[in-house]
This record gives sequence, C-alpha cells and structure tokens, in this order.
Amino acid sequence: MNIIVCIKQVPDTTEVRIDPETNTLIRSGVECIINPFDMYAIEEGIRLKEKFGGKVSVVTMGPPQAEDALREAISLGADEAVLISDRAFAGSDTWATSYTLSKAVQKAGDYDLVICGKQAIDGDTAQVGPGISAHLDIPQVTYVKKIEEVDAEKRHMRVERMTEEGYEIIESPLPCLITVVKEINEPRLPSLKGKMRAKKAEIKKWGAKDLNVDPDLIGLNGSPTKVLKIFTPQPRGKGQILEGDAKEVSEKLVELLRSEVL
Amino acid sequence: MSIRVINEKCTGCKLCIKACPFAAIDVVKKKAVIAMDKCNLCGACIESCKFDAIVLTKISPSEIDFAKKIEQHKGVWVFCEQKNGVVQSVGYELLGKGRELADTLGVDLCGVLLGENIKAEAQKVIHRGANKVYIVDSPKLKHYQSEPYSKVLIKLIKEHKPEIVLCGATSIGRSLISRVAISIHAGLTADCTGLDIDKKERLLLQTRPAFGGNIMATIICPNHRPQMATVRHKVMKEAEVNNHHRGKIIESSFDDDTYSSRTNLLDVVEEIEETVNLTEADIIVSGGRGLQNPENFQLIEELAKVLGGAVGASRAAVDAGWKTYSHQVGQTGKTVCPKIYIACGISGQIQHLVGMQSSDVIVAINKDQHAPIFNVATYGIVGNLFEIVPELTKRFREVLKK
Amino acid sequence: MDYLLTEEQIMIRDLARQIAKEKIKPVAAQYDVEGTFPWDMVKVMADSDLFGIYVEEKYGGTGGGSMELVLAVEELSKACGGISLALAATALGTYPIMLFGTDEQKQKYLPDLAKGKKLAAFALTEAGAGSDAAAVATTAEKKGDHYVLNGTKQWITNGGEAEVYTVVASVDRKKGARGAACFIVEKGTPGFEFGKKEDKMGIRASATRELVFTDCKIPKENLLGKEGGGFIVAMKTFDQSRPGVAAQALGIAQGALDLTLDYVKERKQFGKAIASFQGVQFMLADIATEIEAARALIYATARMVDSGAKKIAKDSAIAKLFASDMAMKVTTDCVQLFGGYGYMRDYPIEKYMRDAKITQIYEGTNQIQRAIIASNLLKDRVS
Repeated sequence: MNIIVCIKQVPDTTEVRIDPETNTLIRSGVECIINPFDMYAIEEGIRLKEKFGGKVSVVTMGPPQAEDALREAISLGADEAVLISDRAFAGSDTWATSYTLSKAVQKAGDYDLVICGKQAIDGDTAQVGPGISAHLDIPQVTYVKKIEEVDAEKRHMRVERMTEEGYEIIESPLPCLITVVKEINEPRLPSLKGKMRAKKAEIKKWGAKDLNVDPDLIGLNGSPTKVLKIFTPQPRGKGQILEGDAKEVSEKLVELLRSEVL
Repeated sequence: MSIRVINEKCTGCKLCIKACPFAAIDVVKKKAVIAMDKCNLCGACIESCKFDAIVLTKISPSEIDFAKKIEQHKGVWVFCEQKNGVVQSVGYELLGKGRELADTLGVDLCGVLLGENIKAEAQKVIHRGANKVYIVDSPKLKHYQSEPYSKVLIKLIKEHKPEIVLCGATSIGRSLISRVAISIHAGLTADCTGLDIDKKERLLLQTRPAFGGNIMATIICPNHRPQMATVRHKVMKEAEVNNHHRGKIIESSFDDDTYSSRTNLLDVVEEIEETVNLTEADIIVSGGRGLQNPENFQLIEELAKVLGGAVGASRAAVDAGWKTYSHQVGQTGKTVCPKIYIACGISGQIQHLVGMQSSDVIVAINKDQHAPIFNVATYGIVGNLFEIVPELTKRFREVLKK
Repeated sequence: MDYLLTEEQIMIRDLARQIAKEKIKPVAAQYDVEGTFPWDMVKVMADSDLFGIYVEEKYGGTGGGSMELVLAVEELSKACGGISLALAATALGTYPIMLFGTDEQKQKYLPDLAKGKKLAAFALTEAGAGSDAAAVATTAEKKGDHYVLNGTKQWITNGGEAEVYTVVASVDRKKGARGAACFIVEKGTPGFEFGKKEDKMGIRASATRELVFTDCKIPKENLLGKEGGGFIVAMKTFDQSRPGVAAQALGIAQGALDLTLDYVKERKQFGKAIASFQGVQFMLADIATEIEAARALIYATARMVDSGAKKIAKDSAIAKLFASDMAMKVTTDCVQLFGGYGYMRDYPIEKYMRDAKITQIYEGTNQIQRAIIASNLLKDRVS
C-alpha cells in the first residue's frame, strides 16, 4: 500500500507568547514542530504500511527549514520525503496550497491513500485536506477516527468519521484522501535507528518547475483570498478575584452570574 | 497585490520590523527589506511607518480585468445544513448575519437546502428571513456525502452566481465547502468571527482568529466570486422567526451522475453522552488535573447538571484517561464559546486557553493564584475546588430550584 | 558545559530526554504510588531502540557503550529513577554475557535483549551475602550435562519481570570466592521460582524480588566463563555498570534541581519569589556545582571504560560513590527548598529523595566503594 502523508511545519503555539508591552506575538525563539494533527496522520500511515507493506512518503510545502519536519517524519518510520519549496509559492492561501500539494502528490507517483491531519494549528482552516482531494478528484473522508478495515485487493477501505453527535461508518474506494483526528491513534516516538536513518536520508526538493504548475494558480497569484490587515484582539479585561471562604465566594459568584447571564 | 519599500523615504528606523507579525522585515544597510517568502501582505508595516516608505499596490491591472466579471455575481447565500431532515441552528445563525450583509449590499438573501423531504424546512428558512430558498430534494441527499453535496452546490453556484456563500464551520460544512471552493476557484475563509461589508468595494470583510486566537486577521477576496466563508456554531446570533415573511422556494433536480458518490455511508452511530454536546452548550463546566482522580469528576458533573450545562475536560484530564476525548476542550480538542465557562482545577495552558477564551464569561477555580487561567478569567476564585465546587452546586440548586 | 558528545550520542540523549518528558514524567507519580512494573514504558524505550545502545551492532544493538548508556539513564532518571532502572538493570544483567559469553551465547541472548523484547537481571546478593559477595551460599552442582542450582537470591532488580538472569552460584563452597561461577538462567526453567515482591522506600516502579532455586537443572552450555570465575564475572560487571548507577543518581539529582528551579521562581514569600533571596540562590549554586562535578566525573569514567582500559575498578567506584552521595545531598536540599510542601507527597520532590537513597546502597554500598578505592590506592602506592 503506497501512502502519501501531507504535513505542515508550524510554530509551537505552546511557545508563542504575547509581548505585554507591544501586545504583539513574540516569535523569536519559537520552536517549529510538525503540526500535531499531522503526527496522527504520519502514525496512521506507518501503521498501515506495517500491516500491508508498501511505503509511506511524506510531503510538505514550506520554507527550506521545513526539511526538519520531514526528517522527523523519517525518524518515525516514513520511507521517503519531499520538500515543496519555491519563492513562487510564497503567499499561497489554502486554494493555492492545495493545488500545489495536489501536483506534488501526482508527481510522487502511484498512491493508494493520501492522509492529512484534520487541520493545522496555526491557521485552523481544515481546508487543505479536502482541497487536495478536490484537485485530485478523488473521494475524501474527513475527521476519520478509526480505520476499520482495508481491503488492499479489492481496493477499498471502511472508516469511522467523527461527527458532532457520534460517528459515521463510511466505505470508500482507493485511492482516496482522509483527514484524521487525535482519536485515531497515539503517535510513537522516534527510534534511534530511525533518527540515524533520518540524518542520512535524501530529501527530494521540488520547485515550481519540477511540479509543472500553472503560474497563475500558485503563490499570491493563485490565491483568491488576501490578508487585508492583522491586529491583536482586544485583550479580555482584567478579571475580578472573588475573596472569602467557599460559602461566601459561591454566593458572590451565583449573584454575579445570575444578574449577567442566567 | 504587491508591496515594496521606497528606499528614498526609508530611514532604517526599524519600526516596521516590530510591527510585522510574520518577521518578514529586516533592515539591511539602513533600508528595510521585505522577505517575500514570509510576507503576507497584511500591511501592518505600512501603518507603522512614519515616513510613508512602504506601499502596497492592491490590485494589478490584469486583476482588474478579471474583476469585471465580478459584476455578474449577486446575492448572499447561506448553506443551511440539515441533519435527519432538520435544519441545524448554525444555519439560522448564518441567516441572521446574512440578512445584515444582504441588506447592506441591497441584494437577496438566499438559503440553500439539500436533503430528502425538506420542503417544510425550506419554509422555516424563509421565516428566518430568506428571500429565496434553493432546494434539491432527493433520497440520495438524505445524509451528507462529500461528492454529491459538493457537485450539487457547485452546479447551483455556477447557475445562480451568488457573490457571497456562508456555511457553518461544522464537520459537514468544513468538508463540503472546501471542496466546492477549490472547484470554482473561489476564496474561502474559515472560522470567521466577524463578517462585514466594505460598501465602497462591495467586499466581504472576513475577520478570523489565527495562531490560536493570539492574532486576528481580516481577509478579503478581491478578484474571485463568490466570496465564501465558514462561521462556527454559536458565533452569530440566530435570525428571529417571522411567520409572515414571504419568499420563494426554487426547486432544482439533477441527473443521477450528480448525485453519485464513490464513498458510501454504511451507518450513522450516535453516541449517547451523559450531557449535551459541548459545542452546543450555553454553559460548560470543565475539570483538569487539579481534580486528582477520575472519581472527582463527579463534582464537575453535578455542577453541570444543576446548570443544565455540558462537561468539559482539559487535555491533562483526557490524557490521564479520566474523560473521553469527546470532552476535551482546547487546541487538539474542541473549540467552544459558551455563555459561561467554569474551569475547575485547570491551570490554563495556552492549548487550553485557545479552545475556550472566546467564552462570554469565564470562571476559574484553582488553588494556585498564579495559574494562567486567571489571566482570562472574568471571575477568579483562588482556593480548594473540593470545597468550592460542591458549595457552588448547592447554591445554584437553591437559586435555580432544581 | 559542553561535553563534546558525538552526533549519535546527542541523538540518544535527545531521544531519552523526549521519552522522559513526554512519556515517563506524566506517569511517574502513579507508578510510585502503585508500585507496579512499567511495562508500557519498557515498550516505549524498546521501540525507540534504547535497549540496544550499549550492545554491539552484530548482536542487534547500535554499537555504543558505557557512555551511551550513561546518557540515556541520566535523562530517563530525571523523570523517574525507578522506571529508568528497567533499562539500567537489564544492562547489568546483560554485561556478564557481553563480557564473558561465547559467540553462541551472545547470538542466543543478546539480540532479544538489545531489542528490549526481553529484560535481564543480575543475581548475586543473598541474605547472608551482601557486601560480602564471596559468601554466596547458592550452589551449582555439576551432574552430567547439567548444573543443578539450589539456593535463594535476594533483592534482585527486575526479578520476576526479566526473562534472562545471570546468576552467581558456588560450584565449590570450600574455595570461597574462587569457587563461584556465573550461569545464565531463563525464566520458566523448572525449579526456578520467585519470592514476594519487595515493598520499597523508593524506586518503586522497579521490581525487586527473591529468586528461589530448588533443584533447578540448567544445561552446562549456560555457564558463563569458567568454573571458579564467577566472582571475576561479578567484579568486572560491576566495574562496567557502576557508571550506569552513577548516571541514575546524576539524573535523579538533575531532575530534582529542575523541579526546584521552577518552584523557587513561583513560590512567593515576603512579597517576592524565594529565588530572589541570596540564601536560596547560594543553595542552588552549590547544587548545580555538585551536579556538574558529578557529571564530568561520570562522563570521563564512562569514556575511559569505553576506551577498553583494563584498570577501571577504582575510577568507576569513585564515580559511583561521588554521584550517589551527591544525589542524596542534592535531593535533600531540594526538599528543603520546597519547605513544608517538599515534605508532602502531593508534590513530586520527596520522591526524588526516596529514589536517591538506593544509589548509595546497591551495586556495592558506598562503604564497599570506599574500600575498593582505598585498596586500589594503597596497592598502587606499593607498586
């Protein structure tokens, strides 16, 4: 089974802090990590490979330093890695990103399954996964929380898709694209041998020319949305600390909430 | 769009470096240099520059050509998601906002409803303010499946050319609308918390949080139509019901190929939860590591029950196995915005805060007065939750007479 | 301080650090309370190849040595000195095979141990043979193709959980230390049973049990080295493994300091963080200095061991002695800095103090280490 996992390198938001004086993001020294949801995607890809054979290729689009994310994926057990990087891709929104990634998936060769995390924690859009499947014109199942069965011969799979109320059981032919949620697995840690392999592994680097993309559909040109402005949200007003023993604070709080919202 | 530094005006003062949220600017030889691979053209640097040394060209001539076609697109659409034949409340919320936008633009507000036997529901959409409802009624559309739903919606959009399409940021909406936007090369902005119209340009101003709510961005879609946006449940206020409101129901049907799906829905499983759906709840009581063991979650559940609210949990509590993942609030869990959020024994790691900081009122109960949760709390109580929570439950029970 | 680690050593350190932080730290307190064996953590360490870091590549390891083991044990012990012992005690049980095993014995046992599929344990101590290891009363009688073992081993780390045991027994009690031999005994061999699991003060995530041999027949191929060489096997094993114990002590001390640094910055008295008081600062400075001195000593010793040096008894004893005494002092001081909270079991710091104590006692008490150091000193002086 050939699996392509699309990942993104994101700033570790646990490290992101607001400068209280300027009220802007402090980005220096913020570590970059693999988007947490993509870790589940990588893990699921590796598990499928371990069960059915084949290979796992990891693709990311980003600046040159996104190579670190790819090496980490290899240390976890991915076989191949491709970095999609080109100045021409700068300024891509989710439309242009999913177009570019879909071209990379096509170039990466025969695949049975594309796996993405449900969304990235920096943009939170959840659009790129479905976007790639739309460009590739393959079926998609989003928010997958369990792969119940894969029939590699008949080329279809049955999965559980998380909804607000519970889940749906969906059958899809292969190739298809799934986006996965946290519930699907617990990602492993890298192994030492994996880390050694990752250090030496060759990372393929593809630019706009390699992907044969339409220049009007990539980067800023290919992005229908533009950022008009960025601002820091109104900070929440300084709260009020209620004092007193358990009984007193409870009475105060009930009064406050009653008048405000109950 | 493009951005450039006018070197003659630039003094190398570095104010723009501080202003740039993307760390895209550097000063080299006393002149600002913008790294285009990092720049998002947000314009924050332009506002910061005291010397008018940075200029942003908004629309290039070739883009203006393209923009002309935009004139053909009219009307505000709301995709009204249905489950089990019932339009979900997020649809009514979007109709409320959609009405405002349509009135500002002087155009029709239209609902789009896909499903089986949904005519009666279409009437309800009209009573919530829609001028028209496009319905497609077929057994094949009874339950959401990405392919038939996206194919139908694409055909409707291509035929009727709306200028704005709004959709709930639900598990259905997010999956559907991304696929649609790709196919028609439309701009799509996820999880908007604010929608407004730039009257002069007739542009939809879409404001959304990024980086876990640490910054806000206003997004526009100048040259593509329709302008598409998703909005989370509970962010907008529901449109009022007006049974006298009149509107047209326009029914369309398509060939079997349009309804065909490669994926096949085999079963729908509803999981019985002891309390209401987190994202639907007006009141959420959440517990964290401070509860010390799973049995103590009972305190949280009792308070939630008295308040008619839902039970949430921090990642620490979920990872420890005290609550299932469906209760998890925060970055890798659910994002919630209830009217009241009561955090008990939750220290308030940033991953948790991003999932709940847009709640109307936040109450924090924690023994550590320095816990970061107090930074976002409307009301904070420093103390022992094992004493305070039962007392609160008792007090609310008296007041609410439950 | 920069210890000029190799790339591979940095990988091992970082990996062990990640395991400690992400996997062990969240469960350390629970294992300490319950005293159950951390099989899930063993699996994490095994899947990450940590069990093979000191084993030759041809037997399935990654070809490192004492230094690699020291780095891993130090990092793991920062989060839990008990859980890290599943690895360190396996190394102790594996060294006799690595040092004295034939190629067949190595082929048979090392690959599974290097993959962490099986754990190992080393069994020397008995009720009447603690520091006086030569007083071993467990006997191994040769009968044809077999040895028959009788006797009871006490306080065996990984006892009951390990699959492979290296056991020192006497083939000729009259000869005392020269009558001992070392054997490989597999779990499940008839006549080999386990006594009760000990309820310990610290390292509670580690299993400590009696091994009971009753007419336990083992094939003669399981003899390690030669008859009469058992005491040498034990001493050479300890020479190799002492840096590992020292690293455990080092990790415990560093883990305690890390917690304490967070605490003193948070804890406010007299209107300011207690970290701002010079009395506290001086204690922190002393703690850090002692830890760094121990680290430098341990790393130097481990590197010397890996260089193939022959005379390592004195130096490995010095490292073990210094590091374990340091850990006891440092963890006691850290509890002190936590004040009353430090004494409460709700806070994690007291566990470090309990865990540190064993490092002064096992693999040769610190009194025995002093004896080794002194006897080597005097011997060197004579020659």
